[in-house]
Amino acid sequence: MYRYDSYDQSMVDARVEEFRDQVQRRLTGALTEDQFKPLRLMNGLYLQLHAYMLRVAIPYGTLSARQMRKLGEIAAKYDRGYGHFTTRQNLQYNWIKLADAPDILAELATVEMHAIQTSGNCIRNISSDQYAGVSADEIADPRPWAELLRQWSSFHPEFTYLPRKFKIAVIASDEDRAAMRLHDIGLKLVAREGKIGAEVYAGGGMGRTPMVAPLIRDFVGEDEIVAYLEACLRVYNRYGRRDNKYKARIKILVHELGVEEYKRQVEEEYAHMRDLGLNPPVEELDRIRAFFAPPAYETGLGEEIDRGDPAFALWVDRQVAAHKAPGYAIVNISLKPLTGIPGDASAEQIALVADLAERYSLDEVRVTHAQNLVLPHVRKTDLYAIWRALDEAGLAEANLDLITDIIACPGLDYCALANARSIPLAQKIAQRFAAQERQAELGELKLKISGCINACGHHHAGHIGILGVDRKGVENFQLLLGGSGAEDASLGQITGPGFSEDGVVDAIEKVTDIYLAQRESGERFLDTYRRIGMKPFKEAIYG
Amino acid sequence: MKILTGNDLVTGDVIWWAGDGWSRQVSDSVDVGAQGEDLARTEEAALRVVGAYVIDATLTDAGVRPAHIKDRIRALGPTVRPDLTLKPNDADAGNWVI
Amino acid sequence: MMSCGMSRSSFPRRRESISHAIPSRNGGRWIPASAGMTGLVKRTEIAKMVEFLSFRDGEASQEPGVTVEAFTGQSNSTAVRIEAGEDARELLPHLDRLSLVEVNFPAYGDGRGYSAARILREAGYQGELRAVGDVLVDQINAMRRCGFDSFHPAKPLDDAAVDRALTRYADVYQKTIDGRSPIWAKRHPEKTHG
Repeated sequence: MYRYDSYDQSMVDARVEEFRDQVQRRLTGALTEDQFKPLRLMNGLYLQLHAYMLRVAIPYGTLSARQMRKLGEIAAKYDRGYGHFTTRQNLQYNWIKLADAPDILAELATVEMHAIQTSGNCIRNISSDQYAGVSADEIADPRPWAELLRQWSSFHPEFTYLPRKFKIAVIASDEDRAAMRLHDIGLKLVAREGKIGAEVYAGGGMGRTPMVAPLIRDFVGEDEIVAYLEACLRVYNRYGRRDNKYKARIKILVHELGVEEYKRQVEEEYAHMRDLGLNPPVEELDRIRAFFAPPAYETGLGEEIDRGDPAFALWVDRQVAAHKAPGYAIVNISLKPLTGIPGDASAEQIALVADLAERYSLDEVRVTHAQNLVLPHVRKTDLYAIWRALDEAGLAEANLDLITDIIACPGLDYCALANARSIPLAQKIAQRFAAQERQAELGELKLKISGCINACGHHHAGHIGILGVDRKGVENFQLLLGGSGAEDASLGQITGPGFSEDGVVDAIEKVTDIYLAQRESGERFLDTYRRIGMKPFKEAIYG
Repeated sequence: MKILTGNDLVTGDVIWWAGDGWSRQVSDSVDVGAQGEDLARTEEAALRVVGAYVIDATLTDAGVRPAHIKDRIRALGPTVRPDLTLKPNDADAGNWVI
Repeated sequence: MMSCGMSRSSFPRRRESISHAIPSRNGGRWIPASAGMTGLVKRTEIAKMVEFLSFRDGEASQEPGVTVEAFTGQSNSTAVRIEAGEDARELLPHLDRLSLVEVNFPAYGDGRGYSAARILREAGYQGELRAVGDVLVDQINAMRRCGFDSFHPAKPLDDAAVDRALTRYADVYQKTIDGRSPIWAKRHPEKTHG
């Protein structure tokens, strides 16, 4: 994985000192909160319900053991002993003191980490596929592109005060494991005539007006991507709406202009920008790529897995994915224990995963946008030992992509923007569907909960989605069906009037019963829904 | 009644205007009447609070009860982590929020 | 509209006319105080607030900027002021008659002026490019990188903070029109013109 050179290190170190200076000016009153707020947001520091919240960037969801270990240490030292992994592959600390924030950033900088641009109206963390580099279906590792663009977007002088936040995702396979089509800009690496480039999608997003990003360019070469994205961002910076916060994302601009007009404006700007020498030479991408070269995998390893222990066998079947190198496997670590909080990990659990990464995964761990973790380079012969360690730490739930593998935002328990609590609902759903056989019978069922319309829980992209709303001061929940964040991207449709917390759990049970009754061979819930439509579900729920 | 709340600028702790200063306990809240906005501005300028705002509340047998669930959660702590709330040993605290 | 001729004596600071060589640091120069224009203080001054900052040789333009509409209509003005929503490209046919372009930032979160500035410099504009309005010291660097070479913030800036802002980052990740060599160019000196 990427290692900073002295240039990269100087940037984050300077940023720490700049922020320290800004915090000092805030604490002396030299900066008002209105002036300070956009500045602290650009370092990922929010004021939430109970305290300040710090969102640490985990670029394209990849971490070394050392970095993971530091995240655990910070949780223990500065927070209340845990962190929360998010749907953008980042980590959030919920109990931060403003006075400590500069020191935390300084500690992060010692392990090449930061919180730069994890909030604010700027280009955010660039996300990617959690199986990057180890899945047989990718045409190339997308992460070098993500790293090139991370540097390009950091402190970009023209795009620091955009109309709104800007999220980019990069994938390199037909299967979309990063919800790429639901980003402001999505890149899919493709090979054309021996050259690697990207399909460019623009104008996706969730929130109040969810949209699937349309294709705006069929191919942009790796030696042109920076200039092309500058053109895309410049058009957005100039013409994105600034009159209404809820209409300020690029998806609104693309929608209001129409795809063809947005494309035309980008091409016009690009025709001008492509000759300004903005693109790094291909040697720079090659330099970055060298950090992502496949590790020296061992050969001649055993392929046999002893399935004698039934609990272990269950876990292997569910959590372990195929690796492109013989003798190796990809381990998915569930952060969705049935009675736990989706995406949360204690400082001890974080430290354990760091140790496992170091010992068993060539020092690497990944964060998924489904709020789980991945050990990407595990020898099959080590799987049992890993499972034992995870099991002891409460990290061995075997529920990947099952109904209890719930994506849930922090919701009203933590977030100042929320209308309803999402975590207690997730726990009730997990309890109702806890039985192993029941989950297996239902199969792949991606359930996603957002506590408000901002959709941080990606509810629009859930096979079953839930949106928390405030109905006259009482929490209420809307149910959506048929969304998908994968390559078959679609937006969930609302079933009808909302429910109480218990009511929506009952409604979900009715929905899954209809699925079981109506499904045809091989159909997932999503497939059955797409085939039979909303009507049978609606009738079952509302009578 | 109208009460004033916000977060401590330095620590981020949820605080409630108690008349002569800020308290971490909502039960110490006093009625600020029509003075809330002015108080908020003064206290913000004095760097004692950030993001102060006035809310409705009622005085019940259980003490001051903010009108909105969000502020009741602020008063207690996250309902899903009783150990991190102001009342870790009170099994009923979550019910007070709802 | 900016009125260069008005005095800002409500502001408590010493004024000093500088007739000898001006100390310059980090590429910045201080313009000499001249009639009607509040000048800058030397670094050793007690008063440490800066109302105007220029990185250009010679005097800053004192001509008030007319609107884009007035300028592109019929105007002998050599100074124009662009508002946040206006298209800087409307000025491109007239760059040779411009000595000053002011770009207004109505709120510092409105980032359209950065694009306007860069567009003008990319088109070859060499005159004074001035950021006015809600400009905090925290934006000076990015504004410089987009081509601004003078600043007239609505609220005076802390001089020491300006210093820190200008020297904070030794290097830059992106190529833009400020002539600075981006980090990727420094990493591959044999491949780029630096």
